[in-house]
Formats: sequence, C-alpha cells, structure tokens
Amino acid sequence: MAATATAPAPRPRPIGDEVSEWRWRQRLAFAACWAAGLAVIAVTAAIVLYMAYRGLQYVRPSLLLHRPTPGLAQGEVGGILDPIIGSVALTVIGICVAVPMGVAAATWLVEYGHPRWLARAVESGIEVVAGTPDIVLALFGLAIFQLQLLAPLSFTASGGGVFGRSFFAAGAMMSLIALPLVFGATREGLMSVPAHLREGSWALGKTKICTIRTVLLPQIRRHIASGATLGMGRMVGDTAVVVVLLGGSLQLDPQGNVPGLNYLRGTGSTLTTYAYTASPAGEGNAPQKAYAAAFVLLVIVLLLNAAVDVLGRRNSHNEALAK
Amino acid sequence: MLRRLREPWTDQQAQRRLGAVACLVLLTIALMVVFVAVKAWPTLTHNGIFGWLGPGPDVDRTMNKMIEVGQDPPAAAFELRAWPLVYGTILTTGLSVIFGIVFSLFAAIFIVEFAPARVRSVVLPAVRLLAGVPSVVFGLIGILVLVPFVNNDLLSTGRKQSVQHVVQLDGTGVLVAVIVLTVMITPIMIAIVVDALRAIPRGWTEGAAALGANRWEAMWTVSVRAARPAIVAAAVLACARALGEAVALSMVSGSRGFSPNPLDGLTYLFEPIRPLAASMVEQVDAMNSPPIKSSIYAFALLLLISSFALSVGGFVAKLPMRRQGMRV
Repeated sequence: MAATATAPAPRPRPIGDEVSEWRWRQRLAFAACWAAGLAVIAVTAAIVLYMAYRGLQYVRPSLLLHRPTPGLAQGEVGGILDPIIGSVALTVIGICVAVPMGVAAATWLVEYGHPRWLARAVESGIEVVAGTPDIVLALFGLAIFQLQLLAPLSFTASGGGVFGRSFFAAGAMMSLIALPLVFGATREGLMSVPAHLREGSWALGKTKICTIRTVLLPQIRRHIASGATLGMGRMVGDTAVVVVLLGGSLQLDPQGNVPGLNYLRGTGSTLTTYAYTASPAGEGNAPQKAYAAAFVLLVIVLLLNAAVDVLGRRNSHNEALAK
Repeated sequence: MLRRLREPWTDQQAQRRLGAVACLVLLTIALMVVFVAVKAWPTLTHNGIFGWLGPGPDVDRTMNKMIEVGQDPPAAAFELRAWPLVYGTILTTGLSVIFGIVFSLFAAIFIVEFAPARVRSVVLPAVRLLAGVPSVVFGLIGILVLVPFVNNDLLSTGRKQSVQHVVQLDGTGVLVAVIVLTVMITPIMIAIVVDALRAIPRGWTEGAAALGANRWEAMWTVSVRAARPAIVAAAVLACARALGEAVALSMVSGSRGFSPNPLDGLTYLFEPIRPLAASMVEQVDAMNSPPIKSSIYAFALLLLISSFALSVGGFVAKLPMRRQGMRV
C-alpha cells in the first residue's frame, strides 16, 4: 500500500485514440472500469456519510464524558467514556512496544543483515505475522498470559486462577498487529536513503551504529511516523484481540491496589468491543450507543488516515529533493 | 554500572542487540505454533488429525453439550465434527474472493489507466480509507442496515416457511456475509494490483501502442498479462484476510453452525452459517470448559496453518515479477 501513496506522473493520453472508435467489447470493458472506480467512491462515501448521519444523531457531549452504567436500559443511560479511554490506552501501549521492536528489527535487517539466512528468515517471519488473523494472535496471547509465571500482569481470580486478561496482555498482542507496518515503513525508509549519506558519515570516522543513530534514523523519522500511524489505525479498529484479551467489561475494572498499575492489570473495553456488544449481535441491544461508539471510532480512524496522507506527501517531497 | 550502560555501543554490540530483537519475531512465531498446537492437542488426538473436519451431528448442539461437562470431562466429550464451520469459512472466503478479484481488477485498471487526474485523487484516498475502516463498523452496517433490508424486502414469508422445519431465516446469512466480506477485502486487492500495474515498465505498453494497440489493448494484453502473478498474489493474500475475519462475520452470518444446501435454490443465499473465526470469537466466554477450549484452539491451529500457507503462497506467486526486476 506504500506505493499507492505516491503516484507517478500520469502518462499523456495518446492522440487519436478515441474510445468511440474502439470495438464494442472494449467499450464495454471501459465502462466496467469506470463503474468499478465510481463504485469504490460510492461505497466509501455511503459508509462514511451514513455513519456520520447516525453518529451526529446520537453523539452528545454528555455521552462522551460519562461512564457507561450497566443496566437493562443501556440505550438511555450512561456514556462511552470508559471505552474511549480503553481505546486510547491500548493503542498507546501497543505502539510503545511495536515502534522500538519494528525499528530495531528493520534497522538490523537493512544495515547489518548477517548471517544472510537469518535475515531472510526474519523478513518472511514478519510477513507471516502480518498474515496471521488477529483472532489467532489473541488466542495465542491468552495461552501465554494464562501461564502462572505471568500472573502478576493480568486479572487474577480470588481462587488463584489466572484469567490472562488485562491491558498489558491486550497491548502486547496488539503490538504484533502494528509491528509489520512499522517494520515495513522503516525498511522502505532506510532503503530510500541514498548510499552517499552513509558513506560520507563513515568517511568522517563514525561507526555504523553511530551513523544509524545520528544520520539515518533522523532522516527517516517521517517514514517511521507514518508506519506507526498506520499501525495505530489498525490497532484502534481491532476487535477480536480486545474481546479475548481485555474481557470487554463495560467499565474499567482495576485489579490490585497500586495506583496507575492497577488499571493496566485490570480489564476494560474499547470502542470496538463496545459497539460490538451494544449491537443486536451482543447482549446490550442498544443500536444508538453502538452507532455513537462506531462514529467516534470512525472519526479517529479518519484522522489517523489523514495524518498518514500528510506524512506520505512530505515523504515524497523529501525524496524528490534528494534526487 | 550506570556508566557502562551509557557508553556508546560498539558496532558488534549493536549488531548483536538489534539482531536479538529481530530474532524475537521468529521466537514469537515458534511459540505461537507450539502453544496453539499444545492446547489443541486433546481435540486432535481424540478425533484424529483430520477427523474433526468431517461432517457429523449438529455442531452447535455438540458444543453446547461440551459446555456442560465440567472441569474433568471424559474423553468422549472431545468428540467434534466441525464440517459446517469449515464449510462456512470456505464458502464466504471463496465467494467474496471471486467477486472481489474481478471487481478490483477493473477498479485497478481504472485507477492506473483511465481515471482523470481529479477522479484519481478521490479514488485513491477512498481505497485507503476503505482499507482502514474497522471491521466492527462493517459488521454494524451489515446487521443494522443490510440484514433488516434483506429480511423485510427480499425474504418472502413463503420462502421462510419452505425451510422452517430445518432452519429459521431472519435475513442474516450467506448473502449479507459475502457482501460485507467482499467490501472488506476489496481495498487490499486493489492496492496490490495497482502497485503491480504501475510497476510494469512504461516501454512495454509504449511498444504495444507503437504497434497500433489502443489503450485498452495495451492494458489488457500487456500490462494485465504481465501483472498476472500479482493478481494471483492479491487473491491469495485477500483470502488470508477473509479467513481470519471474525467479528464482522459473527455479526452478520447468522451464527448458526449450519451447512446451507445448494439444492434449496435461491433460498441458499439466505441460509445462516458460522465461519470458524466467528465461532472462536463467540465461544471465548465458554473457555472454562476444557473440550470447548481445545476445540477453539484446534480452529485456531487450522487458521494459523492456512494463513501461513497463504502468506507463503502470496510470496511465491509474486516471484516471477520480482525476477523481471519489478518491485511489487
């Protein structure tokens, strides 16, 4: 998807190649292409506009500032403050794990990459992680965090049983969703840095790692930022990991009594699970609240998308200058 | 001690430390396979490695019975025949990838060749946005807009009554699931095909034009033909995505472990299903029961292995284009 961000200059249309002179089958295909392209715009616009219409109908400032309250009349009372906090917290945890790992792995791969077979293995390993369904990642996380060894990190029952559900667990598994995107963006960035920058730095007597730190990473920070933003968009929108690893409890449910840490050890919900449980598919059956939560979620995703676009534009600008 | 930590790394240290982080990825994958396989083991041994994929008694009833067996179940409780779930997965994935690949091929040709610059500057962000829309939003629109529409306007009472003794129709089912899934995976395929069509060297299409081909002929006979590996790769990677889609499908597929019967004619489109991933997400709360837990991990193992195979397949499919020196 990285390449779609930067469009090459369109080829000028050949003179004398009028569609009206084509054979009818070719004209039909031409029409099909236009139909498909316009359908993409129409579907996207329909989804965004419909969600905006429903969202603006139900979102009120008070809704965003109040905590959800359990009860039968879920549609009328309570707000969605806890899910919003949950979404933000989980994304921050995930990105804090994914960025250092992704950047370190990509830097090693591009700048060192020895032994060769190990580099190939890591490269395809990242592809495999990118292709793994999020629900499988979630179940893997559950299996890991239910180990007695990791009990301090998650919600524990009074009898000593480990549920393996907490912000820690969900955030750690979430980071695997963002990792391939950060890795890919960093690798693209490092590969686009011209060789003479590195050579100039080595010629001044800097070591390789010093070059990476002071020359290369500052140079590609926009690539890293756009990869991280893409990853955040994916993490905010993920539901399966949250359902399995965060428990999807309506309110933030702290565990233990260390301030700050107790919330991270506890369970909660995010906008995605809130919309899921409030929809007719879940128990809540409060479509209005589901629409409101989904609208807030969509706005966040739209903003992150716009940020990626802006960063991408700056990237291509920089690359054009470098040439 | 602190002083030592603050010293700049030497090159060797840096290589070793960064390499260790990179190897963590491989370790994670290995752990994932091991953990999931170990948890799935009871189901696999009791039913045979492939036995549980076969047809058998109603899978919903089997799983409900599993919930009730308690903490120390007899071996017989692990009995599972999950064919309807596998069938649901294959059905939704297959149909949506077939529809999606045709649609995205045309959309990609439009973006690369025919779209005027202004339209292109709208379509590309639209594709990227569509790829970023969370699956729960698709599910929500499916269940609150499409399902009532199908239930009220497309499903006649006669059609509901014709299969009443087998299954209840309420608008959820194959049709809505395939529509939602197609919309979800199309942006990925469009992005891959667009990248591939753009990677075709301009000289090739210009050569075709010089020989008298018009724009469509140059596109179809040269660019699309050269990009065939990428089209296959797009289908394969979208397949992997569709296999693992849990939440949206659990909302719109009807959540019933039922195998729709093609002999029912058009009614087939409205019959409920439940893909593997959706079953996993729905049964997560029942994981206290060992047989359920083992069954869910068996589903996870199946999805894990299929997505591995598809990732590798997508990579292999693109190799011919890479060999030509194109970056796809």
